[in-house]
Amino acid sequence: MEKLHSYTSHKLTELLKNGGVKASDILEDVIKRVESVDDKVRAFVFLNKDRARISLSGSKDKGRLYGIPVLLKDNLCVKGEETTCGSKILKGFKPPYSATVARKLEDAGAVLIGKANMDEFAFGSSCESSCYYPTRNPWALDRIPGGSSGGSAAAVASDETIIALGSDTGGSIRQPASLCGVVGLKPTYGRVSRYGLIAFASSLDQIGPLTKDVEDSARVLSVIAGHDEMDSTSVEMPVPDYTKSLVKDAKGLRIGVPKEYFIAGLDKEVEASVKKAIEVYKALGAKVIDISLPHTDYAVSTYYIVAPAEASSNLARFDGVQYGHRSAESKDMIDMYIKTRSEGFGTEAKRRILLGTYCLSTGYYDAYYLKAQKVRTKIKEDFENAFKTCDCIITPTSPTPAFKIGERLNDPLSMYLSDIYTIPANLAGIPAISIPCGFSKTGLPIGLQILAKPFDEETIFHAAYAFEQNTDHHKRKPAL
Amino acid sequence: MNYETVIGLEVHLQLATQTKAFCACSTKFGQRPNSQTCPVCLGFPGSLPVLNEQAFHFAIKVALALNCRIQDLIKFDRKNYYYPDLPKNFQISQYDMPLSYDGFVHITSGGAPKKIRIKRVHLEEDAGKLIHPEGENYSLVDYNRTGMPLLEIVTEPDLSSPEETYDYLTKLKSILEYLKVSDCDMEKGSLRCDANISIRPKGSDKLGTKVELKNMNSFKNVKVALEYEVKRQNSCIEDGTKIFQETRLWDAAKQTTASMRLKEEAEDYRYFPEPDLVPFVVDKNVIAKISSGLPEMPQAKAERFASEYKLSSYDAAILTAQIDVADFFEEAVKIYPNPKVVANWLSGDIMAALNDKNIGIKDLGLSASALAGLLKMIESGAISGKMAKDVLKEAIATGTDPREIVQKKGLSQISDISKIEEIVDAVIGREAKSVNDYKSGKKNALTFLVGQIMKESRGKANPAIVNEILKKKLGN
Repeated sequence: MEKLHSYTSHKLTELLKNGGVKASDILEDVIKRVESVDDKVRAFVFLNKDRARISLSGSKDKGRLYGIPVLLKDNLCVKGEETTCGSKILKGFKPPYSATVARKLEDAGAVLIGKANMDEFAFGSSCESSCYYPTRNPWALDRIPGGSSGGSAAAVASDETIIALGSDTGGSIRQPASLCGVVGLKPTYGRVSRYGLIAFASSLDQIGPLTKDVEDSARVLSVIAGHDEMDSTSVEMPVPDYTKSLVKDAKGLRIGVPKEYFIAGLDKEVEASVKKAIEVYKALGAKVIDISLPHTDYAVSTYYIVAPAEASSNLARFDGVQYGHRSAESKDMIDMYIKTRSEGFGTEAKRRILLGTYCLSTGYYDAYYLKAQKVRTKIKEDFENAFKTCDCIITPTSPTPAFKIGERLNDPLSMYLSDIYTIPANLAGIPAISIPCGFSKTGLPIGLQILAKPFDEETIFHAAYAFEQNTDHHKRKPAL
Repeated sequence: MNYETVIGLEVHLQLATQTKAFCACSTKFGQRPNSQTCPVCLGFPGSLPVLNEQAFHFAIKVALALNCRIQDLIKFDRKNYYYPDLPKNFQISQYDMPLSYDGFVHITSGGAPKKIRIKRVHLEEDAGKLIHPEGENYSLVDYNRTGMPLLEIVTEPDLSSPEETYDYLTKLKSILEYLKVSDCDMEKGSLRCDANISIRPKGSDKLGTKVELKNMNSFKNVKVALEYEVKRQNSCIEDGTKIFQETRLWDAAKQTTASMRLKEEAEDYRYFPEPDLVPFVVDKNVIAKISSGLPEMPQAKAERFASEYKLSSYDAAILTAQIDVADFFEEAVKIYPNPKVVANWLSGDIMAALNDKNIGIKDLGLSASALAGLLKMIESGAISGKMAKDVLKEAIATGTDPREIVQKKGLSQISDISKIEEIVDAVIGREAKSVNDYKSGKKNALTFLVGQIMKESRGKANPAIVNEILKKKLGN
C-alpha cells in the first residue's frame, strides 16, 4: 500500500475496484510523497490538502478517474483557487470559474490536489522564469525539468501526483515530458477546450496530459477532449475511447522519419536512442519511410513571431485595473499601467511582449506577422504531404537531454532552440506525444516524439503503446 | 474662390439583442453598475468569446437593408489599445474584412434624389463607461456596456452639406427602426454619430484636411455642429490660418467645437486576426432567409401608400418616415377606411403633438383604434370637427379614449331634428329683426342666426342640420 503514489491511474482504478484500496489511501499517500520530496523538486506552487480531501469526500459518483489525484499547471483556472501563471502580476488572483478541463476531471471523479510550477505565462523551456522558484529535474536536481510545464512533468516523474495537466504552445508539454522521462501529449488544436486556460498564444495553445504511461494518457484524453460551447475553437467531433487504440504491435504501421530533424545540434546520445527506437518499430512490424518536411528550418522563427504577437495582445489585460498586482506608487492612469506592468512581469515576459508588439506594428505587420502566417501554412502543407505516405512521424522530442539550471538563462536564442522539434506540431495544429525512449550515459531521460494527422490521436496512442509495451524505459524511476 | 463641403459619417449602432456580443450577459439598459457582467465581458484571463448569433443576424439584416455586399468569410480582428473601460485592452472588431461593404442610402438634396454610398458596415463590441466623481482623485468604471454588440456604419465622403447629413441620418434611422434591430435612441447612446468634415475648392477632386467631430447627441446637434465647422473652416481659409487634422468636440452649451487632440500621426492599433474566434463561411441559406424576412422598407412603403391609399407623395413620405407611424396609419385605416382623413389628422395634430412632446407615437397614449373612433364620430355627425380637435388634445393629455371623453362630457352633437327645430323656432321668434333682414336680402343675417342657434345649443347642434332647417323655415 505504501507505494500507491508510484502507480499509474489505470492500476489504481483496478486496485480501487478489486484490491481493497480506498480512494483516501491514494490521496493521503500522494500527499505524504509531496511533503517528503517536494522540498527537493519544487514542482508545486501549492498543495491544497483541504480542498482535495473535501472534494474526495463529496465525490460519490465513481467516474472513470475516481479517486485519482491530478495536479494542474498554474495557468489552468480553478474556481476560488489562486491561479497565477507563475507570474507576480497575477498574485492573489482567484478566478470565479473553473477551466472546462478542471470541471471535466472533477466530473470524472479525479481529485485536484494543487498547482504546478511553470515558466511565467508559459514563456520558457526550463521552468526558470517562474516568479516563485525554478523546479528541478527529479533525475538530476541541478538540472532543469524542461518547460514550460516543468512542474507538471517533474511532479509526475517524482511520483508527487498520478497525473498532471500541462499546456503546450511550442512544446511545453512534450519537451519537459521528454526531459523528465514521462509521457506528454499535445492533442490536436481544437480537440480540448481552452476555456479557463490563461492564454499565451491562442492559435497555438492546447491542454494535454502528462502521465506515467501511454494508457493513462489515453484515459485522460478520453475524459478532457470534446467540444465546449464556451470555446469557439473547440471542434464538434465525437470523442472515441482512446484506450481502445492501445495495441501492442505495430504491424502495417507506416512510420515517417523526416531527414530535416537529424541535423547539427542534435545530441549524439539522443540521436542514437531515436535510431534505436526506429529499429524497435521495424522489429514490431512497422514500415519505416524516409520523408521530408522541407520548411522545418523556418519553424522556430515563424513561431517567435506568431506566438509573441498573440501573447502581446493576450497579456494586455494585466494592467492592474481589475485584479492581480497593481503598483502602489502610481501617480495617474498611464503611470499605473507602466509601473504595474514593469513590476509585475519578469524579463522573458517583457521580452516577448516587446517582440510581439513590434511585429504587429504598422509598417512591420506585413513583413513579420503576415509573412509568418504564410510560412505557417507551408509548414502545415509539409505535414499534409507527408501524411499521404505515412501514418505517423517519429522524431526526437528535444535536441538534448536536460541542461543545467542557469545554463541558458541569459541566452534566449539557445533556450528557444530547445523547442526546435516540437514547435512545428503547434504551427500545424497536429497532435504529438513524447514518450521515454532511453537514457543518456549520465542517466538523463531521452524522449521520442510521435506525430500524426489532425484528430488522429488514435494512431499516436497505437504507435506509442506498441513501443512502450516492448521497452522498459517508462518503468525506470528517479532516485529521490 | 468658392469652397465646397465634404462630409463622411460614422454611426455606431447598439444592436437590441437579448445578450451581449460574445457572452450571455443581459443587455438591459440602466441597470446597477457592473451587475451585468461575467468573466468573458470582464476579460478575465482564460475566458473566451463566443459570437452571438442574433447579433450576427441583425448585422446581416442591416447590411441587406443598406444594399451592401456581404463578405463570404466572416472574420474578426483585435484592435489593441489601453483604456480602463476596455477590460481586455483590445476590442474585438473587424478590420480588413468588414462583414459588409459597398452599399447605399437614398436621400433628397434640394428636392432631388441623391445616393449616399455606404463604405462598410461591421460588427464589434462596445466598451464600458468611465465615471469621474466630481472633485475626487479617482474614476469609477461600469462594465455593463462592455461587450454589447455594436454596428459601425461608415459612409463614403458623399455628403456635401449639414442639411444632407441631417437627411441621411433621418433616412438611416428610419431604415434601422424598420428593421427593429435597435432602439436608435441617441440619448441612451444606442445610436452615436461622429462626422468627418473638410472643405476644398469647388470641383477639386482632392480632399481637404479632415476634422473629426464628436460628442453630438442629437441629429440637430450634428447639423449645427457641422454648420459651425463649415463656417470655422471657411474662415480659416479666408484668414489664411491652417486647418489642422484633429478631433474636435461639439460643445452644445457654447454652440462651438473645440479641439480635443491633434491627429498628426495615425494611432497604431496593431490589428490582427482574433485567434479565439474561428473565421466562418456565411451560409447563403441564412442570408436568403434573412433577406426574405426583411420588412417593406420606407421608400417602398411610401410608394405603396401613395398608390394604395391615394395619398400625395408628400403625405406618404411623412407617414412612412417612422415605422410606428406607418403601422398606426394602416391600423386606423382598417377601422376607419378614409385614408385621406386619417393622413390629415396624423400628419397634422398628432405629429404636432409628437414633436411637441418629443416622443414616439407608441408613447402617445392614443391607439389607432381610438383615433379611428374619433374620426367615426365626426363622420356620423356625433361631434363637430372643432370638437374633435379638443377631444384629441384631452385624449392625448389624459390618455383617455376619445369616445369616453365625448360620452362623459355630454359633448355629443345634437343631430336630432326635432330638438334642433325647437331651438331654431325659439331663435326665429326672438330675433325678428334679423329674420326680416335676411328675408329682405341681407344674406349675412343667416350667419348671425346660425351663431345664435349654436350658442343656444351650447355648440352641440350639428351645424349642417341647423343650416338646412333654418333655411327651410325661412322659406327658401
